[in-house]
Amino acid sequence: MRRGGAWAWGFTAPALLLIGFYLAYPTLATIYLSLLDRQSQRFVGLRNYVDLFSSNAMLTALRNNVLWLVLFTTLTVGLGLALAVLTDRVRYEAAAKALIFLPMAISFVGAGVIWKFVYAYRPAGAPQIGLANQIMVMLGREPVGWLITQPWVNNLALIVVGVWIWTGFAMVVLSAAYKGIPKELLEAARVDGANEWQVFWRISLPVMQSTVAVVATTMVINVLKVFDIVYVMTNGNFGTEVMANRMYKEMFQFRHFGRASAIAVILFMAIVPVMLANIRRFRQQEATR
Amino acid sequence: MNNPPTPRPGIRASLRVRPAHPAGTATLGVSGPNVVVHMVVVLTALAWFLPTLGLLVSSLRPASDVLNSGWWTVFANPFDLTRWTLANYQHVLAQQGMARAFFNSFAIALPATVLPILVASFAAFAFAWLDFPGRQALFLTVVAFLVVPLQMTFIPVLRIYNQLGLAGSLVGIWLAHTGYGLPFAVYLMRNFFGSLPAELFESAYIDGASPLSAFFRLALPMSTPALASLGIFQFLWVWNDLLVALIYLGGGSATAPLTLKLSSLVGSYGQDWHVLTAAAFVSMIVPVVVFFALQRYFVRGILAGAVKG
Repeated sequence: MRRGGAWAWGFTAPALLLIGFYLAYPTLATIYLSLLDRQSQRFVGLRNYVDLFSSNAMLTALRNNVLWLVLFTTLTVGLGLALAVLTDRVRYEAAAKALIFLPMAISFVGAGVIWKFVYAYRPAGAPQIGLANQIMVMLGREPVGWLITQPWVNNLALIVVGVWIWTGFAMVVLSAAYKGIPKELLEAARVDGANEWQVFWRISLPVMQSTVAVVATTMVINVLKVFDIVYVMTNGNFGTEVMANRMYKEMFQFRHFGRASAIAVILFMAIVPVMLANIRRFRQQEATR
Repeated sequence: MNNPPTPRPGIRASLRVRPAHPAGTATLGVSGPNVVVHMVVVLTALAWFLPTLGLLVSSLRPASDVLNSGWWTVFANPFDLTRWTLANYQHVLAQQGMARAFFNSFAIALPATVLPILVASFAAFAFAWLDFPGRQALFLTVVAFLVVPLQMTFIPVLRIYNQLGLAGSLVGIWLAHTGYGLPFAVYLMRNFFGSLPAELFESAYIDGASPLSAFFRLALPMSTPALASLGIFQFLWVWNDLLVALIYLGGGSATAPLTLKLSSLVGSYGQDWHVLTAAAFVSMIVPVVVFFALQRYFVRGILAGAVKG
């Protein structure tokens, strides 16, 4: 460590100025704007928030974000865990993981197009061109309008796209943690007669606890910000609205900057606990160095 | 602070196989994992791959085929060359402006990768190896901004952009991606620099080296793996971004990147799957190549940055 007041300011100034301009100042400004009217002229107090919580469109968006929160987080973490443990046991681990991880490299827009095509609908009797309805037909069922059947089918169909993208992330991070568990620990349990199921629930999972928490937190943040998938696939129609898409509409279609800001603030409030946890975690990390 | 932290376990693990728990343990039998394990892994990998395969196959089929029969039907007769065509690619590149958008994506992503890494590295070095008042508090502020939803920033920044004439410009989007990418980049580089041996810098300082030369001669050259991970991460993030481009460039802009162009094609050619599949594949080709070529660094970046929002 070197004392370096002037040097340090020179080194950090560009980063601090940019963070100040693009993140710190706008965050404060948006909180203020959320208390002003549509054109940011007059102070209206909490009016925008009251309006939002009494509008059907926004309540649908809130409901859907909760649905995403529960299903998306459970599925990505659950599948990621299962795949981390299972792929570890096969010889073609690298190939299997690469295929599952690949969607992480693709943009959400690209993924949206891929899955819109999977969900393509042709009436019963006509040859299906979408994979999902071909499977339905092969099972002897009627083809389904996946993206227009409200309220559960289409929201689930969108959540599946999110899960398809992010499971690879969960798998890779959890797999690294799983491989970090000392072999002897697991072997000792097996020698003592524990079966694989018990080894997983009683040893592997508790040891991986903090990584599971980090992955779950990342997924929660992703859910709150989910935008591209919905924007590309349904644009929030047929009851699939989510908060981030709603904010975009308030901003660019309705040009109501007060309500758009209020939605952003609601998203921000939901993320504040994660922010505080990150800070706390970093301080602990520093204290143990 | 002066002791390098112990490396996080498993941080170096990648997609390459490193069998920590060889198959064939007691309960699984000497013949390796059982059939159920194979089935689950193979079926999942297949299910994950089929949607992308369907897109690729469809993009190479004539328009009328794409609209009238399932893409899987080509496998009945895969060598019938009349059923394959590059026309969809010619169409999207030449007539739908995807070639221009491809160029725009590079023009946006390359500077928007180099700039934040450079700015972040300077700051991270100061946070790791220079003592100054407010060091810890400032760094904690940076950590706090790791997860702020970008939605919180759009309206105020866009208003300033409109006043300065930066909306729709390349400079505007480079700087926006730089600002948004900085917290993660500073965090990652600060942790990496912090793990370098303290003696290195102390002896350099005793020999009279300035922080600037310690940064360029020692810290940066020793950080190539971290810089590579961060570079790939930021590049893919910017390349795949829709929202930031949508807000600051706007839909019909001449500077629109691939994601923006693709999403507007979805709006106007919703059912023309031969156009959409080819356009989507054009937008994916660079990230997919980067992914397969540099998977190791990509995974490392992900593991190091599991906290990013």
